[in-house]
Amino acid sequence: MALTYDAAGAPDFSAYLKDRASGRPSLELLVRGARCASCLGKIERAVQALPGVGEARLNLTTGKLTVGFRTVAAADPGRVIAALERLGYPATPYDPGQAAEAADREGRRLILALAVAAFGAMNTMMFSVPLWAGLFGQELGPATRTVMQWWCAIVATPCTLYAGLPFFESAWRSLKVRRANMDVPISIGVLLTLAISFSETLLRGPDAYFDAAVSLLFLLLIGRWLDHQLKLKARSAAADLLALQAPAATVLTPDGAEHRRPLSEIAIGDLLLVRPGERLPVDARIEAGASQLDNALLTGEALPCAVEAGGLCRAGALNLTGPLQVRALARSEDSAVAAVARLIEAGAQAKSRYVRLADKAAAIYVPVVHSAALLTFLGGWALGLGPREALLRAVAVLIITCPCALGLAAPAVQISASARLFRRGVLVKSGAALERLAEVDHVVFDKTGVLTEGRPRLLDAAPADVARAAPLARASAHPLAKALAAEAGPGPAADQVTEHAGLGVEGLVDGRRARLGRAAFAGATDAAGGETELWFAVEGEAPVRFSFSDQLRADAASTVQALRRRGLSLEILSGDLPGSVAAAADACGITVWHAGLSPQDKAARIDALKAAGRKVLMVGDGLNDTAALARAHAAMAPGSALDASQNAADLVFSGEELAAVAESLDVARAARGRALENFGFAALYNLVAAPAAMAGLINPFVAALAMSGSSLVVTLNALRVRIDRSRR
Amino acid sequence: MSILMMLAPMSVFLGLLGVAGFWWTLRNRQYEDPAGDAARILLDDPEDRPL
Repeated sequence: MALTYDAAGAPDFSAYLKDRASGRPSLELLVRGARCASCLGKIERAVQALPGVGEARLNLTTGKLTVGFRTVAAADPGRVIAALERLGYPATPYDPGQAAEAADREGRRLILALAVAAFGAMNTMMFSVPLWAGLFGQELGPATRTVMQWWCAIVATPCTLYAGLPFFESAWRSLKVRRANMDVPISIGVLLTLAISFSETLLRGPDAYFDAAVSLLFLLLIGRWLDHQLKLKARSAAADLLALQAPAATVLTPDGAEHRRPLSEIAIGDLLLVRPGERLPVDARIEAGASQLDNALLTGEALPCAVEAGGLCRAGALNLTGPLQVRALARSEDSAVAAVARLIEAGAQAKSRYVRLADKAAAIYVPVVHSAALLTFLGGWALGLGPREALLRAVAVLIITCPCALGLAAPAVQISASARLFRRGVLVKSGAALERLAEVDHVVFDKTGVLTEGRPRLLDAAPADVARAAPLARASAHPLAKALAAEAGPGPAADQVTEHAGLGVEGLVDGRRARLGRAAFAGATDAAGGETELWFAVEGEAPVRFSFSDQLRADAASTVQALRRRGLSLEILSGDLPGSVAAAADACGITVWHAGLSPQDKAARIDALKAAGRKVLMVGDGLNDTAALARAHAAMAPGSALDASQNAADLVFSGEELAAVAESLDVARAARGRALENFGFAALYNLVAAPAAMAGLINPFVAALAMSGSSLVVTLNALRVRIDRSRR
Repeated sequence: MSILMMLAPMSVFLGLLGVAGFWWTLRNRQYEDPAGDAARILLDDPEDRPL
């Protein structure tokens, strides 16, 4: 983007303005690089000083800047973005969407329920302590006991009914469709406990469990809230990644003005401008201009292909060298991406059928516990306990075995596992994703952009030549020139540079005319390859050749070894040519590879592996991988991947290191281990507690101790996942 | 023992005050930007006070 703001030539971002109808429009921007108090003050002061801006507030936690404008006419998002750019903070318009806001309301309701339950648990406990003392022979007359019980009832009943609402509603929803989820036994247990405690209080008996009912909800709400936070964090981080890709396109109107529009507003027949470095927003025909397109994310081919006016190009291709004017042939939803999206949907449905660990445990646990309670009641009555005592014992069984440990076990493990991965730059989309990743026994890699860096790197060249060509290379946006400039390091750019679309750049180096580009453009005659080389020529000298290749990631081979050590088999599925796939496979030590595959071929191969009983982890970044990503048992994508691929993946890793794959696998397996330990502990606990309750050994004090004790053990065990042994 | 009849409601009332206070901070969106609020107190600009 230009360094100085020029109202006529800048793209139009007005489609991102919110609340235009109210007359005071606002804009949300995702600002990168703001970290400290001085950034915050600098950004807010600079934006507030702009004409037409009423207020600006930066949320340092999420990196979102909200700008309020005074009037619709004065609202100019482009000016704000340009001002931020000048300060050194790149900004992208951000559309938070309604889903995120709704989820936030749900979160606020959960935390309020948690606060009410905490209040209820603590205050009921205050009245329960004298009651417990009475159980151990301390002086407590029946009259005082009943007063204390009534106080418990007054505090605990409204709190339980309010804090239990999330569980009651969820249980009701699942009963309406004739299914039973975990919330059904919880709701039954809590309501039955309240009812029996009331009857005990009225009948002046000793066994009122008001404190158990409300503290049970408190512990369960902690688990529920942790689970909600995990989903919310993953969703907003995923939305941030997509916002950085700025799903907007530049539309040219007949009078030559440029308007920046969201993809959904592009109609068939619109004339679009695609600058070098931008992706084609929709399937289109080229009207004017010549350039090279990088189809790597679409087909997996590493080499760019040349296009000119009249040619067809597909959504997702990256424009490399010259600006293109293209005519839209399809709407965004109908573009090449959409065909793949349907394949993704089919895969996503298969994944939603996956039964989570906690639900598997609940499926065994619920019938066992409920029949045990029923048996206690019937058996106790038959053995002559009397209906009241028999019912009390049955309720004690329900309370003492209530699935606190189960409800807390899985979310606590998953939130600490994903927090550890988040610090490492890996984004986990859901808890179920971690569970699936832990079960994987076969890993499938895409080549371009996953095993390799997905961008060219300069092969051995004389440093003197690199230094001479660098000023020209810095003036170009072509990926090969960028690779050359990166090799040379920072320095001045050449003067009087002109870019010849599809050919190269020309400019003054040391006062002499020089050219950098294709062989013919630089005056070389012995052109051999073409697409992966650059020629550099200074007036009156022989041209010099620079060649490039897509290098393997530095840790590709070591990651492959690490995965193999963990007992996984590996293979490569690539859309690229056999020669380059074989070379990459050889270099990183993978023996099984398939080249020249279409997206459907990849998906079919995944299906075949699934049919053979393998649990496949797919690691891919391109549009040609998305169907395979969606079908695989678990899927990972690098942060550089297309948004469609990131949507299909369960985990997204940022940064340059492929080692994130092995580490994610380790954390997922550790998390699974902790979760199973927790379930084992819960089973052991119930094995001891349930018979004790049946035998009538449980009183309200023991119930309170046992419940909070088991929840504490489960939570502490879950926190062990956070500890990273390899770093010490 | 009759002092309990006064102390118990008082303690519950104080607890309720706590819950009401927490509810107020939630409503005021005081948990939206912990990092920003920590940074804002370092700014010298008197107009830049927190909400």
